[in-house]
Amino acid sequence: MNVFLDLFLTFFKIGLFTFGGGASMIPLIQQEVTSHGWLTEEQLLDYIAISESTPGPIAINMATFIGSQTTMGIAGGFFGALVATLGVVLPSFIIILIIAMFFRKFAQYAGVKSVLISIRPIVVGMILAAGAYLVMAAVGFKSVYAAGFDWRALVVVGVLAVIMTGYKLITKKSIPVIAFILTAAGVGLVTYLLTIIV
Amino acid sequence: MKATAKTYLSLFLTFLKIGLFTFGGGYAMIALIEDEVVNKRKWISKEELTDVVTIAESTPGPIAINSSTYIGYKIGGVFGSFLATLAVVIPSFVIIFAISFFYEAFMSVEIVKWAFFGIKCAVGLIILRTGIKMLKSFPRRPLAIICFSLAFVGILLIDIFAVRFSSVYFILAGAVIGVLTYVIAVSRDKKRLNSTNSEGAQTINESNSTTSEGAQAINESNSKNSEGAQAVSDETETPKTETANGENDGKTLKTETEEGGKR
Repeated sequence: MNVFLDLFLTFFKIGLFTFGGGASMIPLIQQEVTSHGWLTEEQLLDYIAISESTPGPIAINMATFIGSQTTMGIAGGFFGALVATLGVVLPSFIIILIIAMFFRKFAQYAGVKSVLISIRPIVVGMILAAGAYLVMAAVGFKSVYAAGFDWRALVVVGVLAVIMTGYKLITKKSIPVIAFILTAAGVGLVTYLLTIIV
Repeated sequence: MKATAKTYLSLFLTFLKIGLFTFGGGYAMIALIEDEVVNKRKWISKEELTDVVTIAESTPGPIAINSSTYIGYKIGGVFGSFLATLAVVIPSFVIIFAISFFYEAFMSVEIVKWAFFGIKCAVGLIILRTGIKMLKSFPRRPLAIICFSLAFVGILLIDIFAVRFSSVYFILAGAVIGVLTYVIAVSRDKKRLNSTNSEGAQTINESNSTTSEGAQAINESNSKNSEGAQAVSDETETPKTETANGENDGKTLKTETEEGGKR
């Protein structure tokens, strides 16, 4: 299939089947981009990190990024970025426009509520699975066919988990995403220094 | 309200600003939308914003896009919704597109590589945290817990064994379960109404006796209606216990009685 059409359709599907904000988009994006061979797990982790630490909805950032990277050779990836972003925005746009025009009380229909209540636990399950999987991938275990192990990454994950829960216990607030990403970058650099010294 | 060129311009600029200054996803955006759209511009009320958020949550897609499309439509119709959505997307698009040019070169710098080594370890934790937060917010009913566990284990196995199976099917299965529970709940409500309604049918019977005169009048004066009126009086004689029928009859009786009274 034409890569532009493939990008558009894939991100249209992602836009259409994501409920409840940016994080719920990650499992689907992860599955789609790795099964298409667009990104490796390493790159995916980079992309998520960049999308989380730049302004704007994560879904849009991811779509633009993946679209431009997969078509970098053609017009600098501009059209790839464009079709992927358009694809992820279009389902929302169409659905909300229809609701705004005809069904102002949409969210109050009992049927709609019932469907949402059933979808929500599944979405949460998917998000947690994606989180657990991305931690495993960072540590080196990508699948049973590509099972590596990076003990340094495991130590860093442990340190970061302690920082995250410690911050929460002490301040009673969750550490802001950007602060956490900067901290993680710092921990990464410390690891670099240690490997040079040792 | 007819939107002027000035309204369109400020709609565009407002959502451009919202797109530019939101970090960390849709929910962070809602606070900014409230500030700009409710407090400053007074385009919608606070209650309306709550409605917008509910709708945005209950439809697919990024919450930022959903809210901007909805508010844009309210202020400036279809064109307004197009402008607001475009505006909220532009900052992301421009920034990420610019970054994508430097990405390769950027990543080959040793220090950056190691910084991202740390960040990669953080990404999974951030997503886990989001998931745990959401986990705390839904009611712990057996069905929900089963759905959650199946999705969690299923997706994890799919990832570990690198199977090609789209998680879209999990969402679709959730939607089907939602529709089924809704249908079951509705039919259960109906049954309950049925069992409590024999009393209701009784009261209708009683009221029938007082309205029989009206029904009589209809019978006499309106040949077209006579069948209907007959049916009504038939039911007066043989009381039905079924809810739906009882209710319907009560209603038709009422309207016909009113007619009769007018005459």
